[in-house]
Amino acid sequence: MEVLKIATAGSVDDGKSTLIGRILYDTKSLTTDKLEAIEKTSKQRGYDYLDFSLATDGLVAEREQGITIDVAHIYFSTKKKSYIIADTPGHVEYTRNMVTGASTSQASIILIDARKGVIEQTNRHFFINNLLRIKDVVVAINKMDLVDYSEEVYNKIKADFSELMSKRDYQDQKITFIPVSALKGDNVVNKSDAMPWYEGEALLEHLEQLDKADIFNVGTPRFPVQYVIRPKTEDFHDYRGYAGKVYGGDLSVGDDIIVLPSKTRSKIKDIYFYDEKYETASRRSSVTITLENDINVSRGDMIVKENDLPTIDKQFTANVCWMDSDQLNPGGKYIVQHGINKVLAKVDRINHKINPDYSGFEKDVTGLEINDIASVTFKLNKPIFYDQFRNHRTNGSFILIDPQSNNTVGAGFIQ
Amino acid sequence: MNKDTSHINSLENEAIYIMREVAAQFEKPVLLFSGGKDSITLVRLAVKAFYPAKVPFPLMHIDTGHNFPETIEFRDRLCKELGLELIVRNVQDSIDEGKVKEESGRYASRNMLQTTTLLDALEEFKFDAAIGGARRDEEKARAKERIFSVRDDFGQWDEKNQRPELFDMLNGDIDHGQNVRVFPISNWTELDVWSYIEKENIEIPSIYFAHKRNVFLRDGMIWSAEDDVVYRDENEEVVEKMVRFRTVGDMSCTAAVLSDAVSISKVVEEIRDSTISERGARIDDKRSEAAMEKRKQQGYF
Repeated sequence: MEVLKIATAGSVDDGKSTLIGRILYDTKSLTTDKLEAIEKTSKQRGYDYLDFSLATDGLVAEREQGITIDVAHIYFSTKKKSYIIADTPGHVEYTRNMVTGASTSQASIILIDARKGVIEQTNRHFFINNLLRIKDVVVAINKMDLVDYSEEVYNKIKADFSELMSKRDYQDQKITFIPVSALKGDNVVNKSDAMPWYEGEALLEHLEQLDKADIFNVGTPRFPVQYVIRPKTEDFHDYRGYAGKVYGGDLSVGDDIIVLPSKTRSKIKDIYFYDEKYETASRRSSVTITLENDINVSRGDMIVKENDLPTIDKQFTANVCWMDSDQLNPGGKYIVQHGINKVLAKVDRINHKINPDYSGFEKDVTGLEINDIASVTFKLNKPIFYDQFRNHRTNGSFILIDPQSNNTVGAGFIQ
Repeated sequence: MNKDTSHINSLENEAIYIMREVAAQFEKPVLLFSGGKDSITLVRLAVKAFYPAKVPFPLMHIDTGHNFPETIEFRDRLCKELGLELIVRNVQDSIDEGKVKEESGRYASRNMLQTTTLLDALEEFKFDAAIGGARRDEEKARAKERIFSVRDDFGQWDEKNQRPELFDMLNGDIDHGQNVRVFPISNWTELDVWSYIEKENIEIPSIYFAHKRNVFLRDGMIWSAEDDVVYRDENEEVVEKMVRFRTVGDMSCTAAVLSDAVSISKVVEEIRDSTISERGARIDDKRSEAAMEKRKQQGYF
């Protein structure tokens, strides 16, 4: 069984939580006690339908205001797949949560209210999905019941959205349009009779047939050393294992490798997972590696294949999503956390900012406000080993930490 | 080896990565151990993450004094077998010192009181990271929890001001006095935990399996009548039933379920077909719709 992580995006009242609640209900993933709680609260509030959004809106403030504030993770499974849905809020001020949810997802659902059509926030949602290079995007046109299940409305929205698509940077992104009614359950889990003109699949049917090989981005192997294991016991007197997670591709015993930044050469001697030895460590596995030579390797170093070096540099330019209420300014000092590696960084310059409606660029920018997305050049106090985000999702991304507050204040995608 | 073909393996790889980040980023981590299946799973993951070296942090149990005896016996044996350091701090001591007041009445529980004992213990040992077995699927306030969740000097959770977590990157930077709660099995479901226990052949306390027990019924739930910890009215009749426990929290707030599942494979089967959520048998969550969120804000884990 495989696991598929999905991010959702939509504006306030587009019915995102209702859609997720509907999926849970129709796949029989809601347990009796949870369903009872939803029935009880819906009744208390005098609704004449079950308010499925109650299944996901977890914080008191959210239930009071009827909105989603924070990323919630929802789990359900079918016979074919396990799903994790990152339910991310659609308000302008919570864009950072959307970037966060999308960063760990392989697919995403953008919701559009059929009555409102493509609005400014749809631009934002699509842009972020494209920036984060989500491979499979579903545009769910919701509340079709409120527009009499009209094919015309659906086609108009599809045409408007396609105009956005022409401007995208990541052209290989696959986009699928599905007309749904989350409230009534049309085309969510089950194909609806109300829209005979729609020949495609229901939302869940579409997700079920997504091939994992297609949606995961693959690059070249990168092994950042997380932790050095030295048991210093009688049985393992000389043991020196490098623990970490393999990214991008596989590593095998006998591979010729280079350790960065020292550029020392060696060969992979053994690959351990717990007490068992393996010939190959596949991508995303947390293994322990030993090397042929006794060389000095410590946390933050990176093991790569000899003929496959990343860029080693003390500066880079990246698309930055700024997430803090304090401005980012040229000259500002931050900690760049690139994978597990932390280095001091200074903002060299802001090259240009993306317009709030994503229609183009703004030059001569003096600072970034929360939720701004901009191209920024950084200088570092020591080199990092990176790839372009377009080639390597993990080794091409980083977060920014404010050294004063310790908070995560931004995320970046190296250009 | 193809570690990412199966769902459970990818969860295991993620959890091992988180364990190693804790050991690398913090000076004094601790693993919060309750004797329940989730914390037993955490111990297994910690052992695998650092093998062949020893687990580089101790275990700590906040003992309410109302634990199932089977759990305590199991805890001590596990630590001895694996050579793990165990710290125990007692809620009874917090009561004796007058820091907390015992609840009374038919719904009295020490579950809430744990928080004070836990916060005091974290301060006593100057632990800067506490690993816990909470999962996002358990409860809707927990669904919003981060993997590295920062607590202020008072141990409190500021749910509206959480650090975003992107990709695999975990930011463990904190000020002196703050600490981080770490949840390596955030993305596991109850069924995942049981499937893992089955796959790894992990030993768990006997109360997780169906057994004969003297119980009584209240509010549609089944309560153990074998200890005087759970308050029982005289008119609440005691009967013998085949039951098991899905969670092993404080006895006073943990109800049993009717079950014939005497082995792990039977338990996995039962969970798969279950229509009641795991915390449905936890009376502490039913106090109000926001019961868990309130406890979390105060420092509950």
